[in-house]
Amino acid sequence: MVAQFEIAIQNTGESFCCREDEHVLGAMERALCKGIPVGCRNGGCGACKVQVTQGRYVKRKMNRAVLSLEEEARGVALACKIYPQSDMKVKAIGAMAEAMVARKTSFVSGSTTAAQISRPDKEA
Amino acid sequence: MALTGVLRPGHVVIRVLEMGPALKHYTQVLGLTEVARDGKGRVFLKAWDEHDHHSVVLREADEAGMDYMGWKVDSPATLKKLAADIEKSKLCTDLQWIPAGEHPETGERFRFTIPTGHLMELYAEKKVVGNNCGNDGPDINPDPWPEGLKGCAPSRFDHCLLYGDDFDGTLKLFTEVLGFGIAEQVMAGPDKKLMIGAFLSCSNKAHDVAFIRQPVKGKFHHASFALGSWEQVLRAADILSRTRTSIDIGPTRHGITRGETVYFFDPSGNRNEVFAGGYIYYPDKPRITWYDETLGPGIFYHDRKLNERFLSVFT
Repeated sequence: MVAQFEIAIQNTGESFCCREDEHVLGAMERALCKGIPVGCRNGGCGACKVQVTQGRYVKRKMNRAVLSLEEEARGVALACKIYPQSDMKVKAIGAMAEAMVARKTSFVSGSTTAAQISRPDKEA
Repeated sequence: MALTGVLRPGHVVIRVLEMGPALKHYTQVLGLTEVARDGKGRVFLKAWDEHDHHSVVLREADEAGMDYMGWKVDSPATLKKLAADIEKSKLCTDLQWIPAGEHPETGERFRFTIPTGHLMELYAEKKVVGNNCGNDGPDINPDPWPEGLKGCAPSRFDHCLLYGDDFDGTLKLFTEVLGFGIAEQVMAGPDKKLMIGAFLSCSNKAHDVAFIRQPVKGKFHHASFALGSWEQVLRAADILSRTRTSIDIGPTRHGITRGETVYFFDPSGNRNEVFAGGYIYYPDKPRITWYDETLGPGIFYHDRKLNERFLSVFT
């Protein structure tokens, strides 16, 4: 049984489930659907930069041109290259933060609320 | 010989973050063949219908992107002449000769940095290893394609699209020094006088390289690989989905060059394309012009708008 963890996005208050063998961006795309600022999904472009504020994760190699050593040392990561080892809290930064906030705003005014689509049932 | 000077894009060196997944992608999913490795850990690959030793080189590094692109010229004499012409033009920096053998089975290369910050090379000689289609010897009584192809299986490395700031300098170099023609251009500004995109041909192809004016130095948008038909593009997209490869957009068509396309990303976030179609370019063909407000259908003809990634995602 593959472990699943809850990932909370502090900017919007949304959360979603992520398997330990999938990257956080992939789970975010699957769970939250629309408006996720997805770039290359492979650690190259830097579009999905987040600050991890809580939780443990495994990371894969990320493009040094878009993520400095100093950033990486203080828990900044590309969501497409981190795999959870516990429940996590992340804060979207840069382009991703703007897109997440814009996305939340557009959903609140629509027929589907962000809350409805952001809480997939957590499997036992 | 009617097609002279710079013949074609002969190789592209792509930086990858981890060699294992990269090699799996380029051989099993894209479907190139590994031909050599060297002591520096570089892996040399070719597409099935290329006759020269290699066309794609992977180098593991901390940063993704393109190291350089190499151009095959028609002869050693042309190599010397163009190297002198480049030096005389004063458009390029860091001019240097790379000795023969630094790439396996390859003659000496002349390397230079172009105004948009990209490294380019010219070379005249690379060992002909053939396309493995001949029945009674290389190129004797050949079959139309070899057995054992994997993945999307493009026939050749075709072109790159590159982003950079000193677009005018690079355009001048390619057109006035290296002999390329402008097949298509994208014009912007209130009077449509500012060129922001150029699709350049040194051959009969609709483009051998393209540049887009962006406030960056030496950035890589994609390397493209040629397929034979629209159906092969669809099949390639099936393979990309089946293998959970990160697809950017497509299958669709470009208005510019009319190519049928799917864009996707290698495991280090470098964009790849497989494409088919287009048209035959001749130096006297009237140039096609697009305006910035029609860049949407120019780039993605069916969606008629750019996806958010086209301008912002590159390595």
